[in-house]
Amino acid sequence: MENVSNISKLFYTWIILFIVWLAFTSTLAIEEVVTGLLVSLIVALLSFRFFTGTGLGIFAPKKIFYLIQYFFVFIGALIKANFHVAKIVLSPKLPINPGIVEFETKLKSDFAKMVLANSITLTPGTFTVDIVENRFYIHWLEVSVTDEESVYKEIAEGFEKILLKIYE
Amino acid sequence: MNVFFIIIMGIIMLAGVFAVIRFIKGPTTADRVVALDNLSTIVVATLIFMGFVFQRFIYIDVSLIYAVLGFIGVLTIARYLEGGI
Amino acid sequence: METVLLYLGYFFVSLGAAFLFLGAFGIFRMPDFYTRLQAGTKSSTLGAMSLILGVGLMQPEWFFKTVIIIIFIAISNPISSHALARGAYKTHQKPLTDTIDAYEEVTEENKNKNEEE
Repeated sequence: MENVSNISKLFYTWIILFIVWLAFTSTLAIEEVVTGLLVSLIVALLSFRFFTGTGLGIFAPKKIFYLIQYFFVFIGALIKANFHVAKIVLSPKLPINPGIVEFETKLKSDFAKMVLANSITLTPGTFTVDIVENRFYIHWLEVSVTDEESVYKEIAEGFEKILLKIYE
Repeated sequence: MNVFFIIIMGIIMLAGVFAVIRFIKGPTTADRVVALDNLSTIVVATLIFMGFVFQRFIYIDVSLIYAVLGFIGVLTIARYLEGGI
Repeated sequence: METVLLYLGYFFVSLGAAFLFLGAFGIFRMPDFYTRLQAGTKSSTLGAMSLILGVGLMQPEWFFKTVIIIIFIAISNPISSHALARGAYKTHQKPLTDTIDAYEEVTEENKNKNEEE
């Protein structure tokens, strides 16, 4: 994980920035493309150290497969979360039992932790309040279990299994 | 401008009204900021929808900038609540 | 093909408007700050994403730009509400709870550490 070369990081940043440029301009005219290549190279040179921790390694076919799988798991959880919240908001008695629980993650890189935190925030009834080293503090709308093991199983296991394969 | 667009705009306006009520009622600063954050998301979505209704491409750029500025604004207020600035 | 895209667009736009409304209604109805944040973040994120996707489908030339905005909203909305929750906890906004508040001991520990230094 830590031994990613600078060249690989630079190229990764350049490619991502150039794709964003193409999406913004929405043309393939030659002037636009050349300008985009130059501008994104300059920005990439200035920012590649902070932009990524993975470099080009993320484009390995196996990892791309897991990224796509993660995307579908995430979209499914997001839609489920919304119907869940809709049900709670529209029911006249507000059936909630909130509380803040904690669990420990196995992920090491900061970026993977950020992805996990964002995913937890957008999935049913849970919400990341803080990350201290590798402990997550989660606000939960319907607390059913409080010990760490079962909290981990209930909230994070599905996402973390895929993220471990992508980032470690 | 058909009936469908008017109904959608009405629903979004109603959402805005509820967010504004929460903004006025408070009771704490953090509650107001939540309402403000929600309002800015609503405004971004509405701008893009209006861009489609009136066929103006420029609305998309405006809404992108609005989204970025709203994000930075909320982060700044959160930082202030934390005692950072 | 175009009519199919148009009707898909109508579907996503109506879904998005409905979820935006539910998000604002949740903010209005929920009893305390953290539960409001829950309802607000989830529903308004999916609502805005779906409405913008609907517009992108109805107007295919705009599709890529709308995708950029969707990605930006999907990343920025959870981050800003996460920052807000942390900031609010530091201003002694206690969560409404009958069961457990595991975060409390962390902030207590930090306070003691700061006082020792």
